[in-house]
Amino acid sequence: MGVPDMDELSFTDSELDYHVRNALKAVVQGDCDFYNQLVAVIHHKERLVAEEVALLVTCLKAVTGAVSSIHIAHHRSLLAAIFGMSLWDYGTDVMDALVELLVSLASSSGEYVDLCLEMLVGNFIPPSAPPSASYFVELLKQPRGLAKKNQVLDRVHSTLKDIATVVPLSPLRLEKIVRDRMPNIYTKEPFIVMYVENMLRLESGVMGELVGSTILIALVDRLIDLDVEIAWDEILQDDFHKGIFDMELEDLEGHADHIEQDCNELTREALIQRFFSGNLVAEKLDSLMVLTFEHLRSCAESGRLVQVFEILLQSFQKTILTAYKSKFAQFVMFYACSLDPENCGKMFADLLLNIFVSSLNPEWRMSAVAYLASYLARAKFVPVSSVAAMLESVVNWCFLYCKNQEGDINPKAHKVFYAGCQATMYVLCFRMRQMLVIPRLKSQLCLMRIEDILGHPLKPLQVCLPSIVEEFLRLVKANHVFSLPQSFVEYGMLESENSRAFGGMERFDMFFPFDPCLLRKCDSYIRPNYVYWSMVRSTYDEDDGEGTSDEDVEEAYASRNGMSIPDDGSGRSYDDEGHSDADEFDHYLDKMSITPRDSSNKFGGRMQRFMQMPSKIRPSASPESL
Amino acid sequence: MEGLKECEANLVVYLHPSKAKCAGDAILSELSSLLFTYNETFEGVVLAYDPNICSNLAKILPGIQPYFGVKLKARLLLFNPKPDMVVEGEVVKITPQSIHAVVLGFSSAFIADEDIRHDFKHKIKRGKEVYVSRTHKKHKIKVGTTLRFIVKSFDEEILHISGSLVADHTGCARWLDKNLDEWSQADSTIKKRKSGEGEHEKPRSDRLMVQREILSLENDGQVKKAKKKKKNIVES
Repeated sequence: MGVPDMDELSFTDSELDYHVRNALKAVVQGDCDFYNQLVAVIHHKERLVAEEVALLVTCLKAVTGAVSSIHIAHHRSLLAAIFGMSLWDYGTDVMDALVELLVSLASSSGEYVDLCLEMLVGNFIPPSAPPSASYFVELLKQPRGLAKKNQVLDRVHSTLKDIATVVPLSPLRLEKIVRDRMPNIYTKEPFIVMYVENMLRLESGVMGELVGSTILIALVDRLIDLDVEIAWDEILQDDFHKGIFDMELEDLEGHADHIEQDCNELTREALIQRFFSGNLVAEKLDSLMVLTFEHLRSCAESGRLVQVFEILLQSFQKTILTAYKSKFAQFVMFYACSLDPENCGKMFADLLLNIFVSSLNPEWRMSAVAYLASYLARAKFVPVSSVAAMLESVVNWCFLYCKNQEGDINPKAHKVFYAGCQATMYVLCFRMRQMLVIPRLKSQLCLMRIEDILGHPLKPLQVCLPSIVEEFLRLVKANHVFSLPQSFVEYGMLESENSRAFGGMERFDMFFPFDPCLLRKCDSYIRPNYVYWSMVRSTYDEDDGEGTSDEDVEEAYASRNGMSIPDDGSGRSYDDEGHSDADEFDHYLDKMSITPRDSSNKFGGRMQRFMQMPSKIRPSASPESL
Repeated sequence: MEGLKECEANLVVYLHPSKAKCAGDAILSELSSLLFTYNETFEGVVLAYDPNICSNLAKILPGIQPYFGVKLKARLLLFNPKPDMVVEGEVVKITPQSIHAVVLGFSSAFIADEDIRHDFKHKIKRGKEVYVSRTHKKHKIKVGTTLRFIVKSFDEEILHISGSLVADHTGCARWLDKNLDEWSQADSTIKKRKSGEGEHEKPRSDRLMVQREILSLENDGQVKKAKKKKKNIVES
């Protein structure tokens, strides 16, 4: 397409204004000469020299002055040219002229509002057509590119604001457009990350109140989309088969030494590398989660976390909770709770409890109680008194339930009940020692009807996950808390048909949502507030059977009320006594999950012998923890 | 201001059975969903509602989801600007080619320069854009002014009004109300001298101008304009 000869266009600015207006009017009569030149000028975007830039700016300004003469039917090509421009292709002069034109267009007629907003939202990311996409990806890695990014995005956001001032209902349109134009999960990472950055910027800006909830919900939806895209078998790749993943996840660390012996070539780092290098989806999710965390943190700093959290809660209830065994997205909730345990943390736990106790859908109830258990067990910032209170509610519900039940084991019919029992035991595995230290909580714990429930003819001990039951019974025995009926040794040692049945096909019995997070960057946000199994287990590990020293427990949870834990201290408090084999793993502890080392008699340890399933399903089988 | 009307509507609101416990709230939220969208049944944009539930009995719709219908009478406040109506809005932006206003806080109004009567002249005063009437120097339109204008068209989709300032009875609402006699008697071709009321105000605004001049002296560059401004005032 030819650029009009400069000499033809030797007008002064005001003349040009006038001519442009006339040209626009002339089109309606069928005279398109000048109009076509105008369109050509606007279309021309490659390698503009200074005069051409000046001409373009002048034309845009002239069109801005003449917006009232633009007609959507008569000036299609002009509008197409304008809306086809990308701020990323031009210098600041053109950008300024262009955004001014957009504001004028949007305010001149309702027809253009959507088009203008769409164009601006389109500029959230650089042009992603094949040739320019890779150019911009490279550019953005340089300081020059970042400066460009700021120039463009500052203008995009201020223009959105300007349009909202003139067209007060535009945020209504905007929220729909932002949601609809959100890149899908197959988009390249830099683009989807940049788009989300922009969404969050909108959310924290003046329009946040109007568009914020849609944006957050859309974001969580996208996180879930990415999450479900990572299949379990992706986590459990073939290479992991050898000796590692056929055991419970929590065992991974414990077996690391065997692995190293067995197959030297598979070092821990290599495994992590392997998992992540092939897995673009996991990387995307990781980046987006980190963005979300940062956003939540800034919300907390500006004091509007609770507000944002309420929206997240709704979204959690609708998407995360109902998604089939979400693996990572739920850590958004975990992190938000860690920022404000008193409010958000409490709201979260209350919601989960409420769903468990009173929802109508049994799957959601099971899912909710699994979330609750995992949250109470893993969140370092939840005070143990709250844990006890929540636990009491769950136990009470279970007690009332089984009091009214006659008959024998029936995993299918009473699955919600069994889920409640399993949750109770799971939480106690992590927290019992802590409760026993405080006399008031100890008596509260002893007053709970746990014995009645576990001794009920519905026989939860035979139905719940054997690894949990086993660990729980071991703890009970060691601490002499409950007097459980009969010799329970034979309970739970085998994964019976029953224990598979209550989780159903979905294996809800195996769902522990807040098992150690596998995403590398995310994990660094979660870790300081996270209780690893090793931190709990180690507290009775060595002195099993004898009296255990309470200080260890204290220590492991010492920082539960504060959020600042030195990173490298978090995983090690248990190690003071220095186990022979602990040292060699020391340097891994930052990265990794819990994991009893002695898998033969520790939490989850025995499972590998009896069941192959869990390792294939559970997310916590983290490469991280290798 | 025209375009607003109140109406009484007989409605049946169908509620999901899960809302049976809190029908009152559910009705309100249903009604809220009408807000700020153009509704063809009511022929207008619902701005406010005041429901009055007629009875405790509801009709249950047969079906998979037994929705129940609650009858109610609601007083609704509707906004439906039609061409040639006079409406008011707050000016939010002025450019040499247009005036942008917001009506009732939600509906955007646009007045293109063809629709601004010639009497109004675009000026830049102290960096701010204003439209000043050539005949009545005190009649100004600037950002923040309540603008009275005539509706040319109304986009029901995005609630966008296209307006006009051609008629004499349009412009700054405050000025128009204060100086009713001036513009109502005025033939648009005859320049009228200011009435006594106008004179009364003059000294005060003169003082203001002086003050402004001092202020503007501080901004270099603006000096000349400020002087010109003052001349204008004296001439008038």
